[in-house]
Amino acid sequence: MEFLVASAIGLMTASGIYLVLRLRAFPVILGLSLLTYAVNVFLFISGRLTVDAPPILAHDTPGYTDPLPQALVLTAIVISFGMTAVAVMMALGAFLEAGNDRIEMTDAEDGK
Amino acid sequence: MNHWIIAPVVLPAVMAPLIVLLMRHDLTLQRVFSVAATLGLLTISAVLLVQASSGGPQVYFLGNWPAPFGIVLVLDRLSAMMVALTAVLGIGVLLYVIGSGWDARGKNFHALFQFQLMGICGAFLTGDAFNLFVFFEVLLIASYGLMIHGGGRDRLRAGVQYIAYNLMGSTLFLFALATIYSVTGTLNMADLALRVADLPEGNGALLRVAGVLLLIVFAVKGALVPFQFWLPGTYALAPGPVAALFAVMTKVGAYAILRFYTLIFGPDMETNGTFYADLLMPAAIVTMILGMVGVMGAKSLARMAAFAGIGSMGMLFMAMAAFTPAGISAALYYLVHSTLAGALLFLIVDLVQSRRGTTGITALPPMAQHGLITALFFGAAIAMAGMPPLSGFLGKLLVLDALRDRADMALLWSVILVASLLAIVGLARAGSTVFWKAHASPGDAAAHESEPLAFVAVFGLLALIVGQTVLSGPLTAWLDGTAAQVFDSGAYVDAVLGLR
Repeated sequence: MEFLVASAIGLMTASGIYLVLRLRAFPVILGLSLLTYAVNVFLFISGRLTVDAPPILAHDTPGYTDPLPQALVLTAIVISFGMTAVAVMMALGAFLEAGNDRIEMTDAEDGK
Repeated sequence: MNHWIIAPVVLPAVMAPLIVLLMRHDLTLQRVFSVAATLGLLTISAVLLVQASSGGPQVYFLGNWPAPFGIVLVLDRLSAMMVALTAVLGIGVLLYVIGSGWDARGKNFHALFQFQLMGICGAFLTGDAFNLFVFFEVLLIASYGLMIHGGGRDRLRAGVQYIAYNLMGSTLFLFALATIYSVTGTLNMADLALRVADLPEGNGALLRVAGVLLLIVFAVKGALVPFQFWLPGTYALAPGPVAALFAVMTKVGAYAILRFYTLIFGPDMETNGTFYADLLMPAAIVTMILGMVGVMGAKSLARMAAFAGIGSMGMLFMAMAAFTPAGISAALYYLVHSTLAGALLFLIVDLVQSRRGTTGITALPPMAQHGLITALFFGAAIAMAGMPPLSGFLGKLLVLDALRDRADMALLWSVILVASLLAIVGLARAGSTVFWKAHASPGDAAAHESEPLAFVAVFGLLALIVGQTVLSGPLTAWLDGTAAQVFDSGAYVDAVLGLR
């Protein structure tokens, strides 16, 4: 199971970085979303993988799963969702103003 | 428990929604409440500064949960100083915005401004690593809105770049935090300091990976080479007063590095030793050179101011990377100075842009209020380049003095002195082209409103720099105490975890 989760995170991160490097608004946003999925799963397993255990200490069950990463990942999901929405709106605004969705700017546009 | 500690976060957090919900149709009301809230922040930060100066670190337990289970805010001299600096800069920028009418060029400027102050103050006060991430996101999301305030094609496109870069940074931050949590099982900064100190043999490598990831995240914020690429375009294309406020955002990165790499990954920790300092110093050297070469090469005043900001971050990090009390004290003195000087330069560039229509370094006919703006630019350039008599010179002397006893002193001194010379040449070239040659160009000044309040704000910042110069003695004595407190991680840990 560890191998499956680890390789899934690795694959999502790799695809995310590849998409971000495409330097077009749509792939970049998709890539950033994939990266945030990867990091969310990564955060989730930072308390170790435990199956069939409650997230609290209880007397009638042996062991427990760490509840803190679950709280952290909830916060991270909400933030990354909001950030993605902002990025989409701004990319849309830039696309409507500039007429293309390139991320990189020419020297003239950049005020160099 | 001292409830004033959370006030710098709560006050803007309450004011911002109030401004959005109740006053969005009335700009005058927004201005009144925004200024009142920022003045309130200034008062609170002054009270906190006095409280922090007189004793050890104070802790605020949110929801009264005991540390390390709940989130804590920690007030010590360093965080009180940073909050006060933010409030001072905030009021200056806000007066300029109102005086120059920038807040009328788009909607919701004042609400975003308050959210920005909330995020920055929170980042300075928090004693929890994950909470630091949350406040980083608060200040970033407000900065996205402020960055594209007023709109325009180039500004929007630069905004998309800025967002993409910072979202990558946030992702990296989470990777680093998750790695730290998986090794130590805590994210409370005081608890982390304890756990890292007695980490079992063999877990050090993973923690160093996390430490380097975290260093990259803060380097992105602090515009340290090779993570400075986002800064020139963003600052040059952001509205002038927003760029001036962003002068304190790079310092958030510097503050976070100072906090984490003295408290948690300090040079006396067995797992890392001087590992991070050895990474930081070369990066700082290159940052300083690159920034000042950029000042020489820039074709517009806005980009020149942005590169001057990068260069001053390089000098700040060089002093910090020594990780000695003298180095930290000098770095903090220079931090205050470079925040004020950087903001001043951006405000003057905005004055020039609004009168000439461009920030390009070309000779054009004189603009409205030419002499006044020339004098201001002259003062700001002296401050930024670190020439006597202003505090930039004293800051540079302090940094040089702090680096005197190092083995690589010859290299560091020559880098600082040569880079400063480059900055002087670059600023002098730009100033003589824009302000002096204007008199040789035919044509009359276009009429422009006199904007008295904007000039009050700009002169106020200049007066603060003069004040910092005059009060250097007491300030450095206070900062020596601050640097000593930064290195006294035992007191910080005891205050949070209540072991004493």
